[in-house]
Order: sequence, then C-alpha cells, then structure tokens
Amino acid sequence: MTQITLDNLAHSYLPNPQSEDDFALKQLDHVWKDGEAYALLGASGCGKSTLLNIISGLLVPSRGRILFDDKDVTHQDTVARNIAQVFQFPVVYDTMTVGDNLAFPLRNRGMDPAYIAKRVQQIASMIGMDDLLKRKARGLTADAKQKISLGRGMVREDVNAILFDEPLTVIDPHMKWELRTQLKALHNEFGHTMIYVTHDQTEALTFADKVVVMHDGRVVQLGTPEELFDTPEHTFVGYFIGSPGMNLIDAEVSGSMAHCGGHSVPLGGHYTAPGGHVQIGIRPEFVTIASGEEGLPVTIKRIEDVGRHQILRAEFAGKPVNAILPEGMTVPAGANRLKFAPERVNVYADDWRVTPLHSVSATTKEAV
Amino acid sequence: MDKVQNNKAWFLVLPVLVLVAFSAVIPLMTVVNYSVQDTFGNNVFFWQGLGWFKQVLTSSQVHSAFGRQLMFSGIILAIQIPLGIAIAICMPKRGFWASVCLVLMALPLLIPWNVVGTIWQILGRGDIGLIGFVLDALNIDWNYARNPLHAWIIVVVMDVWHWTSLVALLAYAGLQSIPQAYYQAAKIDQASRWKVFRYIELPKMAGVLLIAILLRFMDSFMIYTEPFVVTGGGPGTATSFLSIDLVKMALGQFDLGPAAAFSIMYFLVILLVSWVFYTVMTNLDKAEGR
Amino acid sequence: MSLVLESVSKVVEGQSHIYPTDLTLERGTMNVLLGPTLSGKTSLMRLMAGLDVPATGRILWEGKDVTGMRVQDRKVAMVYQQFINYPSMTVYDNIASPMKLMGMSRAEIDRRVRETAEFLQLTPMLERKPLELSGGQQQRCALARALVKDAGLVLLDEPLANLDYKLREELRAEIPRIFEESGAVFVYATTEPEEALLLGGNVATMWEGRITQFGPTPQVYRAPSDATTARVFSDPPMNFTRVLKQGNQISFGEGQSAPASGALVDLPDGTYTAGFRPDHLHLRAQGNDGLHFQCTLHVTEITGSETFVHLDHAGDRWVGLMHGVHHLEYGAPIEVWLDASHIYVFAESGDLVAPASYAAAA
Repeated sequence: MTQITLDNLAHSYLPNPQSEDDFALKQLDHVWKDGEAYALLGASGCGKSTLLNIISGLLVPSRGRILFDDKDVTHQDTVARNIAQVFQFPVVYDTMTVGDNLAFPLRNRGMDPAYIAKRVQQIASMIGMDDLLKRKARGLTADAKQKISLGRGMVREDVNAILFDEPLTVIDPHMKWELRTQLKALHNEFGHTMIYVTHDQTEALTFADKVVVMHDGRVVQLGTPEELFDTPEHTFVGYFIGSPGMNLIDAEVSGSMAHCGGHSVPLGGHYTAPGGHVQIGIRPEFVTIASGEEGLPVTIKRIEDVGRHQILRAEFAGKPVNAILPEGMTVPAGANRLKFAPERVNVYADDWRVTPLHSVSATTKEAV
Repeated sequence: MDKVQNNKAWFLVLPVLVLVAFSAVIPLMTVVNYSVQDTFGNNVFFWQGLGWFKQVLTSSQVHSAFGRQLMFSGIILAIQIPLGIAIAICMPKRGFWASVCLVLMALPLLIPWNVVGTIWQILGRGDIGLIGFVLDALNIDWNYARNPLHAWIIVVVMDVWHWTSLVALLAYAGLQSIPQAYYQAAKIDQASRWKVFRYIELPKMAGVLLIAILLRFMDSFMIYTEPFVVTGGGPGTATSFLSIDLVKMALGQFDLGPAAAFSIMYFLVILLVSWVFYTVMTNLDKAEGR
Repeated sequence: MSLVLESVSKVVEGQSHIYPTDLTLERGTMNVLLGPTLSGKTSLMRLMAGLDVPATGRILWEGKDVTGMRVQDRKVAMVYQQFINYPSMTVYDNIASPMKLMGMSRAEIDRRVRETAEFLQLTPMLERKPLELSGGQQQRCALARALVKDAGLVLLDEPLANLDYKLREELRAEIPRIFEESGAVFVYATTEPEEALLLGGNVATMWEGRITQFGPTPQVYRAPSDATTARVFSDPPMNFTRVLKQGNQISFGEGQSAPASGALVDLPDGTYTAGFRPDHLHLRAQGNDGLHFQCTLHVTEITGSETFVHLDHAGDRWVGLMHGVHHLEYGAPIEVWLDASHIYVFAESGDLVAPASYAAAA
C-alpha cells in the first residue's frame, strides 16, 4: 500500500485565476499516511469535494503534484492510480445479483474465480448480506444498495486507497450507526488507507484516526478528534466541532488572565499579550454555573433538555454563551454566573490559536 | 403512491371523452357497420355477418401483404434500434455540439411524410437521382421500379433516414438521466466499454427503449405515404404493405365491406401488439422495480 | 383544543399506512412526529393537511369537522425536506405570494413580508432569486412563506434534513422561537431523537404506521411506554438484555443481580427484558453503580469529548457512550458498570412494566 503526498497543491475552476479568492482549493501540502483512516470535514463549498476529486484523479489540479509513494500520478486517471471510491448515492448494477456486483471489480481484472468466490463471501458477511448474494440488486432498499457500494469499494485488497464521498447521506439514523461501525471494523480488519468526506462532525470524528478540517478552500487543522476538541487551532474548528460549538468571547489577554468587559477570567497558561482581534474560547462542556462573585455574569435565556445532558443558553454582553449541564441537574435559584475551567480555555488572535508560553503550574493556579 | 381521492376530477376528463368519441369511436363504429353489411350503393345495405372477415382472412393477397408487413417492421426495428442507440451513445453529452446534434437529429422528424417520399423518389431515380446516378457510375444496374430488392432497399433506407433520429433522441434522453457517478464507478471497477453499456446504459435505457420499439413498430406497421409515393407498392406487389393493400381495396376496387373488415382486423392486430408491449413493460417494472 | 384526529386511518391498496389513530394537538404547541423512514410520519401529515382523505375517522379543526375539506380551504402551511420556492420570483415575491392569493392590500403585504424577512434574517436577500441563495437561506425563504400565511396549522416535514450539520443546528434553534410567536399548531417530522429533544414541546413516536406514545418530549424520553418507543427515541439505540426476576432479585446472568425495588417488587416472577441507554453505561464504578458486566469490545468511536464503545455481552450487541476519550484494545474483554436505577424493565410483549427509578424520581 501507499503513502499519498500532496505537494504544493492548489486548484481553481477558472482558466486564469488572479487573486486568492479565485481558488477553490488554496495552497495545500499534506501527507496521507499508509493505512490510516482520514476524514475530510467541512461545510458545503469549503473545497473538500474538489480535494477528493483531485486525489481520485477525476480532476487535474491547476498547480502542484500528487505523489503515490514517490511516483508522480498528477496526470494519471483513477484506474491507473488504483483507487476505489464510494459515492454519495448508491451506485449498483441493477441487473446483476448482489454477488455479481461484489465480484465485478475482481472479474474485470481477470482474477482467479476461486479467489473471487472466497473474497465475495468474506465481504458479504462483513456487510451482513450473505443470504442475499443470489438476489437481484434492483429492488433493494437504499440502505442495502449503499451497503453493496461499500462492499464493492472494499472488495479489492490491493487498492492504494479507498475514498468515501458522504456515503451515509441517504441512510436512516439508525442504520448509520450500523454502517459506520461496519466501516470501522472493515478498516481494522483490512487496514486500507481511507479518506472519508463529510459535513457531519459525528461521522468524521467517529470514523477517522485523523480529521482534516477544511474551511474556505484551506485546511485549518489536521488532528485527532481529541486534538480538535481540546485545542482547536482556528475558531472555525471550535465552532464546527462540537454541538453546540465553542463559546468565543472578546477579551484582552495578559499573562495568565483574560479580561472580558471588566471581568477577569483565569487562564491555564501564560501568554504575551497577543495582537489583533483577541478572543478566548471555551467549550460548553467545560462551563459550569455559579453564583456570587466568581465567573462571568450572564443572563440565562433557556435550558434545553437533550436527554443525556442539558444545554444552558445564556448571554454575556449580548453574545450567546452556552454550557452543557449533566442530565437531571437543576439550576439553583440565583445562579447567574458562568465559570470556565482555566486549563480548558484557549486564546485566539485573529481567529488562530495562540500557544501559551508555558502552562500555569498548580501553585500559581491556587494563587489565582 | 399518495393518491388524492377526489371524484370531482372525473368531470375534467369529460371534454376529452367527448373529443375522443367524435374523433375515434364514431368513425370506428361506422367501419364496424360497413364490415358486417353489403351494399350496391344508394344507401341500401344487406346483412353480411362475418362473411367479409372470412373472405379477408382467407385471401392470399392479404396473407402475403401481412407477411411483407411483418418483414418490413422486423427489418426496420432490427436496423433502427441498434443504430439509434449507437448514435445516442456517440452524441456529445453537453456543450455547443450537443445542441447542434440535437437540432440535426430532429430535422428529418419535421419533414412531412409525402415530402420524404418525394425526396427519396427523386434521389433514387436512375436518370436524375443522386443515388441512382452514383450507383450507375459504379456500374451497378440500379432500378427500383423494376427490381423488387432495389425497391425494398430504397423503402427501408428511406424509413431508417426518416425515423432513426426518433430512437436516437429517446435513447439519448435515457442516457442523459444516468448520474455521472455510475460512469466513474464503472471506470474504477475497470469495466470495459461493452460492460458499461450492458450493465449501466442498457438497463437505464430499457424503459425508453421499449417505448421507442413500440412507437416504431406501430408506425412502421401502418406505413403508407412514403412507399406509396416512392414505389406505389410495386414493382408488382413487392412493396405493397397492409395499408397500401387496404387503400387499393377500399378506394381502388371500392370493396368497402372487405376493406372495413380488413381495417378492423388491422386495428385489432395493432391493439394486441401494443397491449402485449404494455404488459411486458409494466411487468418488467414490477418484477425489477421494487 | 384545536386539531383533533378521531380514529383516523389510511389504507392504500389494501395496505394500512396509518392504523386508526387518535390524536389531539393544542393551539400554540410544538408537536414532533419522531420515527424512522416509512414509519408513517408523512402519511399522517398529509392526512392532517387534507391532502389525503382518511379511510376511516374524522378530523376536527376547532371543533368543526373538516374531514372532506380541500386543502386550499383550510388554513394550512407546509414546508418540505426539499427547498420548494418559485425559482423565477425574487425572495420578496416568494414570501408575498400566499398573501397575494388571499387578496391582501399591497401595503399590508409589504409590511408583513419585511417583518417576516427581518425575523428570519432574509432582509439582505429580498431582491435575489432563491437559486442564488445557500441551502439554509432557501429553506428560510420556504419557512417565511409558510409563516406569513398566518396558517392555523403549520406542517414541517423534515425541513432540515437536506442541510449541512451546522446550519441545521442554527435553524433548529430558530424554529422554537418562530413558533413561540405564532400561536399556531406546529407539527414537525424528524427521524432524529436529538432533534425532537431540542425542539421540546410534545412528541409522538411512530413505528410502522402507529403512534406508539404521545406526550411531553422529556417525559416520553424518560418514561417510554414500551420497548419500541424506547428504541425509536434513543440514538444510539437503547441496549436490551434478558433478565430473570425471582423473588426480590433481578438476575442478569453471570452472577449479577439487583434487588427488585419500587415498581419491580410486585412483578410476578419470570423473564423480562431490561433496557438501558448507552450514556448510562460506565467504564468505572460511579459510586452507586451496582452492576458490572463482562463484555467483549468490538469497536470504539471517539468524538473528541466522548467515546462510543460497541460491546458484545453474551450475544447481545450493546453500545456505551462514555465521557472522555478512551483508547481501548479491540477484541479485548472489558468490564462495564451500570446503576440499577437506570434500568427499564419491559414485559415479553414489549410493554413497560417498571420505569427506571431515576426517571420516576425526576
């Protein structure tokens, strides 16, 4: 299998791109490691489909190169790149049986029938369709058809990578669980490099080892789900990951203190006063309610019961601030302040995260 | 699936029913009337029962016309359907040339039947026609007015020229409805061009192709104007198809009774074939559609 | 009272799409129809709207029988999953169209279009055509058209399903606000339990053409009346396992048992199905977690703040939703903990026989 390198890549749909804005995909350097599961996450129009099409070979980038290991494949097509792809809507050969559908890519490559039979059986049992092998694909539900598409994507063992383009769009929420788990299990079993494009954070985070968050034609962060959650490098990542997203509050930062409209918020690190538009970001998960003098004074708007937890919607200086409270907790009367866990607060200057000089040690924290 | 149940809607169908009654049902009943009676003119009619039907059914003239008709429709379908599909596949899918192709393809369809006949009649003539002239120059003894094979060739070629575009346009519409993802997937699966056609294009076109076959069958089965203009049914009876025979019978010999009986059977044959097609089509949908 | 369905049913070609259903929806309430695809949500909405005539039963609006009345004569507005606007009209004309049909004065129309547009943040786009807008804006335009009609019944059929995840979140927060101001009967169909919870109000869980339960959303969530409702109203789905009640003990096999307390005391001995939600499973004892189970770890999924743990427990497939990030070895044995107060007990028939005691207390 193969390591995929994007070297100085950029793409514009215009023949003569002038400014940066003309590029659907801006300057990009990236290495997709062999055997890892990646997700490409972003809102519609962020360039993620463009990137996917460049990797699969449906689109030739206006600038830069794509390397498979050390081989330049920029101008090769999908077949030459030996890539499998699963599309947003199920693509099945209606007049063939389920088994023939799964066998199709192998037969076209003239593989040994005994091997094909064995492999098809194996894939069919992975996607839970053993007993449907002899059935015509036409007339199956969208769920089942998409399972066949997934299976056909997985059937070849020698592919360099498998690409998924929002494959669960047409699937019911209850089935999504099952299919996603199956994909994950398939990845564990066969160890293919997988690239999964989606706008759904849950799909991206649960599927991938590494998530690539795209915004406005560029990659704003590449990281594990944990990193995206704990230390979003860009305010967009903070907003896009998490439900509700990260709270962002305008602040002035000096040392290990932030000042928001005359109120002090302790931070988990030391900062030299950053320039530009400075904000602090805190995830609703790390916001707790308080009363008295601690924390930021807020107006509580409403509390939503989401079952496994509650979302408290409040306002600070006219801007929304949210907190996540445990199931069953009642907000004490008179509670009108929100407290942030200092080590969970990130500082942003002009939307990019500022790395603290060093973290605040336990003793100084007490002093605060 | 979700049907609105509103019986008042039937009133909206009423005008159509009246129209159909005048345009189809009443003329048809007149024909039925003629088919079971005999007349010597002056509006005096005699009951004839099924006599005319028997006469027509046993007439060797009708038999051979029916045979010729089947052969003609068969040849037409065998040429036009594959040719139409092939043209549709070769046509550009989008852009400027797609529109140009569509207009060019539509042109033959816009020409009136008798004009088509006239065009080919002239084209095919040995003395002044382009085709005749070229064939003559190639030292081929070409004369469709005398040689039955030549007559057949010119009638078939004319019909292919006139109607293949219809099949091509229908097939083209079917092709256009195939999402791009299918082609990409097939490419990734390394399917050959033939397999793409066999497993993607053909199944997706099946619906419109059946309609195309039905339309072309009915049309060719009823063909009259063009062969009448080009060959007049000749040489001899070589190209006199059912409708030409019918007109000869009804207007040429003024055998109204047999002609009426003939028309009814002709109508029933077409109805039967259409019905068979319809059932096959809906059954295909049912068997594979869900 | 406002919209009343009296044993309304729908039969298509001999197949029941909706079994006889009774339902009363009050004015000024948000009512969510929650169920998987093909559970009958859309069919029920079409009956409410008057697009279909029920096979049996009556539909009352403000006490008046409207069963056979055409949809045009009722004050109904509908928003679909697809963004349906008039493509050749501007956003302004789109919003104004229902009022023009009602023959309102030009000034009144203008006032209401601007008011609604402001409310839905469409003011800058009024002169644009729908197809030049983003999906979220298009759907807002469709919503605006439904709202200006001043309809007594507003039907929303999965209106956010075709939108991006984050946009969905934003519009979802707007919808309760819209409905609070309108005072109409709102009906909202969705396949997602979380969406139902966020919208609040009442929920009717649907399964195969039946309403399995109807009531205030948090109440249905915490006290489902049967196993089907519990499964529909849980994402990831509720976990189930067979238990044996003997005397004052509920045994889970492998020596695990909990004392039968509360509603369980009076149950006759026998086998039951125990159900519990994924977020109530823990990787460590949480103080009063009385039960622990030996499972095999199938797959984990990490969201950054939480970990989904897919388990195999003696042939039952379980899902656990754990706080924090846990890197666990696949295929390895794993122990999970559960507080007995989070367990629902269902009879073999699927009916709830004892609610989870934590929910009863809440």
